[in-house]
Amino acid sequence: MAKFEDFEGRTSAWCPGCGNFGILKSFKQAMVELELEPHQFTIVSGIGQSGKFPHYVRCNTFNGLHGRSLPVATGLRLANHRMPVFAFAGDGDCYGEGGNHLTHAIRRNINVKLFVHDNQIYGLTKGQPSPTSMEGTVSKIQPMGLISESFNPVAYATALDCSFVARGYAGDGDHLKELIKKAVNHQGFSLVDILQPCVTFNKVNTYDWYKERCYYLEPEYDSHNRIKAFERALEYGERIPLGVLYKSERPCYEDRVPAIEAMPLVKQVSAPPVLKELMEEFF
Amino acid sequence: MNTLISPHKGVFLDYSIKLGGEGGQGIDTMGSVLAQLFSRAGYHVFTHQEYESRVRGGHNFFQMRLSDAPVCASRAPIDILVAMDRASIPVHAAELAPGGMAIYDGRATKESHEGAQFLSIPFVDLALEHGKNRIMANIVATGAVLGMLGIDLQLLFAIIRQTLAKKGEATVTANMDSARAGHEYAVRECLKCAFIAAPGGPGKILISGNDAIGVGAVVSGCKFYTAYPMTPATGILNYMAGKELSHSIVVEQAEDEIGAINMALGASFGGVRAMTGSSGGGFALMVEGLSLAAMTETPVVIALAQRPAPATGLPTRTEQADLLFALHAGHGEFPRVIFAPGSPEQCLYLTNKAFDMAEKYQIPAFILTDQYLADSAWTYDSFDQDRIVFNDYRVRGEAFQGLGEYKRHAYTESGVTPQGTPGDGTHLVVTDSDEHDEEGHLVEDALTRVRMVEKRLFRKLPLLAEEISPPLMYGEGEAETVIVGWGSTYGVMKEAVDILAGSHKIALLHFSEIYPFPSVKKLDYLTLLEKATRAVCVENNATGQFASLMRRETGFLFRDRINRYDGRPFTVESLLAELKNVMDAGKGTKRGEN
Repeated sequence: MAKFEDFEGRTSAWCPGCGNFGILKSFKQAMVELELEPHQFTIVSGIGQSGKFPHYVRCNTFNGLHGRSLPVATGLRLANHRMPVFAFAGDGDCYGEGGNHLTHAIRRNINVKLFVHDNQIYGLTKGQPSPTSMEGTVSKIQPMGLISESFNPVAYATALDCSFVARGYAGDGDHLKELIKKAVNHQGFSLVDILQPCVTFNKVNTYDWYKERCYYLEPEYDSHNRIKAFERALEYGERIPLGVLYKSERPCYEDRVPAIEAMPLVKQVSAPPVLKELMEEFF
Repeated sequence: MNTLISPHKGVFLDYSIKLGGEGGQGIDTMGSVLAQLFSRAGYHVFTHQEYESRVRGGHNFFQMRLSDAPVCASRAPIDILVAMDRASIPVHAAELAPGGMAIYDGRATKESHEGAQFLSIPFVDLALEHGKNRIMANIVATGAVLGMLGIDLQLLFAIIRQTLAKKGEATVTANMDSARAGHEYAVRECLKCAFIAAPGGPGKILISGNDAIGVGAVVSGCKFYTAYPMTPATGILNYMAGKELSHSIVVEQAEDEIGAINMALGASFGGVRAMTGSSGGGFALMVEGLSLAAMTETPVVIALAQRPAPATGLPTRTEQADLLFALHAGHGEFPRVIFAPGSPEQCLYLTNKAFDMAEKYQIPAFILTDQYLADSAWTYDSFDQDRIVFNDYRVRGEAFQGLGEYKRHAYTESGVTPQGTPGDGTHLVVTDSDEHDEEGHLVEDALTRVRMVEKRLFRKLPLLAEEISPPLMYGEGEAETVIVGWGSTYGVMKEAVDILAGSHKIALLHFSEIYPFPSVKKLDYLTLLEKATRAVCVENNATGQFASLMRRETGFLFRDRINRYDGRPFTVESLLAELKNVMDAGKGTKRGEN
C-alpha cells in the first residue's frame, strides 16, 4: 500500500500560503486512503498554477494546454477505462477557455474526476479577473470594476444534470479529502469546485472571507433532489455551502461504448485486421 | 452509334455517364449503384461528384466513366446524360459527345427537347405504375441507363436484393419492376442507343478516397477516431463509425475540433493508435493541439481534406490550397510528415505509412486530400497485404515493467524515447506541454531546452527524411515537357500524359510524400526537370504552393505553372487546353477559369 510520501513530487513553484497546498495535501491523503498506487492513475491538467499540480504528485501525468484537460482526459479514459483519470483545472482554464469541453464532458458523463482550483482570479498572468470573479472586481484591465456577472459553476453543473457536483474549500483539508474520495468513488463525471484563496492577487476572497461565509451542508441534506440542489447551488455571497450539492446516478459513457465492453481498448492492441477482410464490402 | 474511342491504345470502351439532379433526389445513391454494378461487372470505373452546400434543391451531379482499361479521371464529353431535374439539360447538354444521348422525364417537367440527342422517358409515370411510388423514378432511370448500354438487369437485381432485403419483399419487387420498366422503355425507344457494352472482366474493388483512408486506418490498428463533422472529411468519420462494432474501434463525435485533437492525444498517450480528421477551418482549430502533440511527442494522424477557403470558402468544392498551412501550422519548431495521396490506392497505403511513422517517431503525420479525391471512387483488382506495415512501437505490459528505469523523454541517439503505456508496470509516464526534462517535468533552463529541441527536431529529421519515397515518374524518360503535381491531380495528369504521349515527349512527376521533401538520392528528379525544355507545375490553387515549396527545398524554379482556383477540379480536357497554351506560348498561364 502506498504511503503519503510515495506521492511526493517535484518542489512546487507556488507562492507561500497558496491555497493550492491544501488541495495537494488533501489529494495525496485521499489517494492513500483509497489505496491507489502512483502508477495506477493519471492526472491530466491544463495551464495555470493548477496545471502544475501533477508535477507535485508522483503519478502518470499529461500536463496539456489551457482549457484542454477534459478532452485529453476523455480520450485517455476511452483508451483505458480501468485507469482512474483525474483532471485538475483552474477557474479560467476550465470555466473560461475550456467551457465547451466542460459542457460536453458533463453531457457524456465520462467517468473523469474534475477538480477545479477556483481562486476567482488569474494568478499566473498576474491578477486579471476570472469567470468566477465577483462583479465589480477591480483590476488593471478592469479599472472601473468587472461588469460581467460571476459564473456559478455548481449551479451550471446542476442545471446540466452533472452526475456529481460538490464544493470544497482549500482551507479545510479533511473535509476536502473526504469530498475527493466521494468524487473518486462516484461512478460518472464528477465536478469538485474548490474554493482556493490566492494570497498574492485576490485581496477580497481571502481565508478570512471564506471562513466567515462557508458552512457545511447539514447531514440530512438530500443531494439527489435536483431542485433543492439548485437552490443551494445558487447560494453564494453571505453564505456559501460546502459538500456534495448534487448527485445523479446516470450510466457512465464508458459503460455504454460497445467496443470496450469486454476489455479496455489499450488491451485490444494486437495485429490489426487483414486488408482482404476489410475490402470485401467494396467488391 | 457511339464511336467515342478512348485515346488509350487498343481500348474500345470508354463511356462517360453524368447524372444530374437536385440535392435530395438521390443522385449520389443512383450513381453509387451504377458504379458498383459496373465494377462488379468487371469494368474499370472512375466517379466524381459535385454538390452544392445545401441539403435539398440546387443542382448536383455525379459523373462516372466506365472503360475496359484503367481510368483515373473524368473526361468532359458525356455519352449518357441522365437529367433528373430541369437544370441538367441546359447546364450539361453542351457537354454531350457526338452520338451522346440525354434522357429526361419530359412528362414530369413538362418540357420537351428536340433533336436526336434527347429522349424523354417517363421516369415518374413508370415509377408510379410499376413501383407504386414516385420515389422509384431513380431506379427507373437506372434501369434505362442499363437498357441504353445493352447491359442486362441481373447485377442490378442482385444489388437491389442485397441493399433492400431488410425493407421487405414488396420493396425489393417494386424496385425490380421499376428497373425493368425503365430498361424495357430504353431498349424499345432508344433506337440510337447502340452503345457497345463489351464484356467486362472479374469483379473489381470500387473505393473512394475517404473510404480508402478509413481502410488504411483500420488496417493500421487505429483504435480511436474522433472528429467534428466537416465536409469533405466526414466520409472518414462515417467509415470509421461503421467499424466500431466489427473492429472494436472507439469513434467519438467531439464537441469541436479542439476537443477532437486533444481527445486523440489523450487516447494516444493512453496507449492506442488515434486519428482525427477535418477540413481547413476545423484544422485551424486543431493547430494548438498539433503543437501539443509535437511537444509531448504523442503520435497522432490527422486527415486534412482540403476545400476552397479562406473561412468557409466553397464548402463542398475542391482546392489544393492548404499545403503550406499544413506545413507551417503550429507554433514553434517541430518535425511532422505530410503525405498527399493522388488516388484511393495511395490514400490507403499512405494512411498506413502515416500511422507507422507517427508511432515510430512520435510525431504528427498528415494525410492531405481534397474534396475531389475524398469523394472520387476508383476501381482496382486488389490491394496488397504485403505492403501494409504494422509494428507496435509502444512499450507495454511486462516489457515496460522490465525496464530498469524509465524516463518518458530520455535523450537517445535517435531522439526517439520508448513510449511507455501508463498503468502498465510501476514506471510513471509523465509529459508536459511546457518544456520538460527527461522525466517529463517542466523546466525552464536553457541547456535542457537546447537538448530537447535537438532530441525532438534535429535528431529525428534526418531519420524521417530517409523514410520518404521519391516522387512517381510516369512517361517518357527523356521528356521535353515534364508536368509536376501533387495530391489529387495525379489521375488527371496521368490521363493527359497518356493522351499527349503519342505526339509529345512528355512525363509526369507526381509527389505524394511531400514533407520532409524527398531527396534526389532515390530518384534524381531535379536532373529530369533541368534537362526538360519545359517544366510545368500543375496545381489546384491560385498561388502555386507546391512550386514555392519546391523552390525552397531544391532551388528549382518553375517558369511555367497551371493553376486552377475556381473550386472545380481539373478535367482531362481543361488540363489539355491549358497545357496546349503553355506549350504554344512557351510560358505559363495562371488562369482560374477554363
